[in-house]
This record gives sequence, C-alpha cells and structure tokens, in this order.
Amino acid sequence: MGKKLLLEHINVPGIQSLEVYRKMGGYASVEKAIKTMSPDEIVEEVKKSGLRGRGGAGFPTGMKWSFLAKPVGVPRYLVCNADESEPGTFKDRYLMEKIPHALIEGMITSSFALGANTSYIYIRGEYFYVSRILERAIEEAYAAGWLGKNILGSGYDLDLYVQVGGGAYICGEETALLESLEGKRGNPRIKPPFPAVKGLYDCPTVVNNVETIAAVVPIVNHGGDEYAKIGIGKSTGTKLISAGGNINKPGVYEIELGVSVEEFIFSDEYCGGIPDGRKLKACVPGGSSVPILPADLLLKTSTGESRLMSYESLSEGGFATGSMLGSGGFIVYDERACIVRSTWNYSRFYHHESCGQCSPCREGTSWMEKILHRLEYGHGRSEDIDLLWDIQRKIEGNTICPLGDAAAWPVAAAIRHFRHEFEYHAKFPDKVKDTKHTPPPMPARVAVG
Amino acid sequence: MSNQTVKFSEEAIAECHKIIKRYPAGKHKSSLLPILHIAQAENEGWLSSATMDKVAEIIGITPVEVYEVASFYSMYNLKPVGKCVLEVCRTVPCWLNGAEELVSYLEKKLNIKVGETTKDGMFTIKTVECLGSCGTAPMLQCGANYHENLTNEKTDALLEKLKAENSRKSYTDII
Repeated sequence: MGKKLLLEHINVPGIQSLEVYRKMGGYASVEKAIKTMSPDEIVEEVKKSGLRGRGGAGFPTGMKWSFLAKPVGVPRYLVCNADESEPGTFKDRYLMEKIPHALIEGMITSSFALGANTSYIYIRGEYFYVSRILERAIEEAYAAGWLGKNILGSGYDLDLYVQVGGGAYICGEETALLESLEGKRGNPRIKPPFPAVKGLYDCPTVVNNVETIAAVVPIVNHGGDEYAKIGIGKSTGTKLISAGGNINKPGVYEIELGVSVEEFIFSDEYCGGIPDGRKLKACVPGGSSVPILPADLLLKTSTGESRLMSYESLSEGGFATGSMLGSGGFIVYDERACIVRSTWNYSRFYHHESCGQCSPCREGTSWMEKILHRLEYGHGRSEDIDLLWDIQRKIEGNTICPLGDAAAWPVAAAIRHFRHEFEYHAKFPDKVKDTKHTPPPMPARVAVG
Repeated sequence: MSNQTVKFSEEAIAECHKIIKRYPAGKHKSSLLPILHIAQAENEGWLSSATMDKVAEIIGITPVEVYEVASFYSMYNLKPVGKCVLEVCRTVPCWLNGAEELVSYLEKKLNIKVGETTKDGMFTIKTVECLGSCGTAPMLQCGANYHENLTNEKTDALLEKLKAENSRKSYTDII
C-alpha cells in the first residue's frame, strides 16, 4: 500500500470531531507554522514540495503563492475552491465529509502563510449537507482557539467562513468563483489581472483546491523535501483519485503519483478490474475535460512505455496520443459503451454549463450538442464529423476561460480515436436508433503518425 | 407579479443577517446566493418575483441584481415544484451505471415526464449534471440528501418513504 498523507486516519471512529482529529496529530502544522515559522518560510516549503494544484490545472502551488501581491494596508484573501463539479470527480466531497478538520487545518496554516485574516471555503450548492459538516468543524475550531483572535497567543487573527454556491460548474473557474462569491453571475473575468493581484473585492487573493490546501498540512509537518521524495519526476506527493464507471471497486483512492495505470485499474488494491469479465474499452483519466483514450493508449504510451498515474506520463504524446491527470476523475468504460453517446452526453453538459459570455463557446457548445444528438439518434450525416471537428477547433483558445477548451477537447479526442464509431452512426442510422445499440468493434490499430 | 405572500420566519431573517456579517463593510451583496437558498426553502421551494424582491430588500440591493443571479444558477427554481424534487444525475459516470434506466423507471412509476410534477404536488423529476457521486452511481439528490447506489427496489423504498413523510425537502434541511 502506498503512503497515505491525507487519508491515513480516515477510518478512525470519530475523526470528524476535533477531539479525535487532534488526538491523531491534527493541528500540529498550525502550531509549527505559527510558533516556529515565518510566512515566507512556509511558502518556501510548499515550493520545495513540488505540490501542484490538485483541482485539475496542476499549476505549481508554491509559485502561485509567491505571486500574491502584498500592498500595505490592503487585505489579502485565501479562498478554497470546493466547487468540485468536474464530471467524474468526487474526491473533495469525500475528504470534506469524512475528515473536515483536514481542510480547516490546511486553511489556517495556509492563511497564515499568505497573510490572510479572512478566508472563505466556496462550496458547490449541491454539497449543502457537507457545508454543514464544515461549519460544525469550524465552530469546534473557534471554540478551541484555532480560529478567531490572537491564535495561540501569536497576535494572528483569522476568520473562516463557508460560502455555498447555487449550482454552476463554471464557478469552479477561479475568477467565476470570485464573481459568485461577490454575489453575481458566474462570469469569468479576463486575466490579467490575476487574482493574486486583483481577486476577491479587488484585493490580492489566492484560490486553491480543497486537496491542495489539505496537502499543505503534511508538507509543513514533514517539510517540503520529504514530500518531494514521494511520487515521480515533477509529480511529487500523493493524489486523490476518484474512480468510477465500469469498475468493480469505485471510490476514492490516495495514490503515490507514479503508480501504473494498469495496476490502478486491475489490482485489487485499487479498482479491482472490470465487472462481469468485460473488456476495458476506454478511459477518461482526469475528469470529463481531458481527452478520452482507447485502452491501448491508456495502458501504454505511443512509444510502448507503461503509462503511469502522473502529470507527465498521462500527458505523454500530447493530445495526439495522450491525455492529462487533471482532477483525477478517473472514468472507466467497458466494451458496451457507445463513444458517440458518451460524447453527446458531455456536449450536453458543457452546453448547459456555458456561462454565455463568449460567442464561440455559447454558440459552439449548442451546435455540438445538436449535431451529436442527431448523430446518436440516427439522423446524422457523414459531413457532421468534419463539421464537429471544425467547430471544436474554432472554440479552442478563443474564449475568456478554459470551459471552451474543456468543451472542445472531448469532441476532438472522441473523433481522433473513435472516428469509426461516428462514421458507423452516420452510415447505419437504423442500427443506432435503439439507445442501447452495440458500438462497432475497434478497427486494427493503424500506425500512429 | 404573483399574489403569493412572501414567507420569512424570524429565524430565517436572523440567519440572513448573520450571513451578511461574514463580509467586509459594503460587500453585503456576497450574501445573495446563501440567502436565496433560505428564501427558497421558506417559500415552497421556489422563488417568485415577490420573494426575490423581498430578498433584495433584506440585503439592500436592487431586485434586478437578485433576478439575474436567480436565473443563472441551476438550484434556484423560478417556477413551483413538488414537495420532493428528485434530481437524477445523468452525466457520463452515472450513465455508465444505469442513470438513463433510473430516469425511465421514475417516469414510469410516477407517471410523469422529466420536468413535470405529479398531480398531488408530491414529486418533480429533474435531470441534473454531475453531483460528485460517481463512485455510488446511479443516484439522485432530493433536498439535502444524496440517495446513492439506487436499484429499482431501493427507488421503490425511497418513494414510499418520501410519500409517508409527506414533507417538503429543501437543500437547507439539517440531516
């Protein structure tokens, strides 16, 4: 079993409570940080750790922290992105529900490092019951003196609040999140300026994912260098993977980055293989926005190397033959899955979630959904495939925020790797009129150029 | 403009003012999304323009600022809904585990289509996007509760239980 930095104590009875959490060593990082370290020293440790944003983008956290502007007399904010809405991803919900103090502790230590005296956890509205769990944990922390005025007699004050959203995937984008936190529609802002300079209420702000902030705790406790010893290459530490789809043991797994994808899917230690003796067909390894891969390119790179669960290995080959670690929303498809139906499903998602600001996204996601719908329901034409390719290509890179790219990439990847299924739908509409139609088999692999 | 009397209990108003204190001076508009959840729970699970006007008054912003937010986010209902809104996730990981069959089953059992409400005002079926429950699919959300790993049997039991309880389910319920 790999090292567990976040979920080590998750099964200890009562770990939701401050009393048990403290007994298991909780809040040690707050003591260490506030009593023995300067904010800059903490930022240094996070830099040394190599921790990368665990929400999906994988941006180096220490670098993001170091960008925070520090004008005198202007408040700074730390905002936790608990908007978890990337299809396939449920690891933040698991962490917040089962071990809420892990996030609270991380928020306190991180807020201290960043010089924030008021911090917010922005949580998606659908997780309302989880927001109650977090609020109870925060009350416990205030009562025990970990929050509020003059924490540990240091003179450092911190208030922490939970902010509930209203149902919008786009609010997982950091600037749309800030707009929502300010009480507005979730329309992303043009960057620059970045939140580090002008964020919440125009003040310097850092927005970090739940898991990223929770990871600060072991980094401060053991040091950045120790954290960096785990993992592989530039993928240091552990990552929470939410595994779902057609597997025997769906759930959240904390893995050391670098485990092989094959082991992750088939070993009993993790997903336990595909049920009912079915075959692995495809996988979206990092949340719906990352390219879908057919089984052969999932398990091995195009150069024949074993594919590993890491940022570098999953991206090997770029989008031509690779994908991304992303949010770790690991969706496994068995041989029954129709890729055209899957692509239509995602296209409906992105169309629904588009905020509407940018024409390529607002119009393009609508067109892609319509075209994929008619292909899937037996009214498609062979020209539709090139039309889809053209539309996604014209959305990508032409929008204020990455939702446009996220809508384009699944369509591009599905056509790139499963074009034969789209052609089948266009050529044999009667064969696909039943919504449970069997997809055609994969053709023999042509040499990838 | 509806003739509906807007309901806001004293506790609810007190909760609203507690929320408004979380933000720096002048930034009370930040309370809007949380307060809209309270307003919806107080008023039969939906937001009429009268209710939204009241929210604007409580916070101290203009009505249009409330309308534009309520119309953007998917959890706010701008039309009446049943006591139990059954929000079935239909995104890919749930689809791979039978979400479409679950929707069909609910439509058959309740004799309504997605988007409709039963004649007794008890149930509304909605399909929604990924709820972050992909490891326990298929599933649905009703109020604050997630109902996971649903089979036909479990769905039957859930509907029976909700009918017996005969109460409105809100996101703000303490469960």
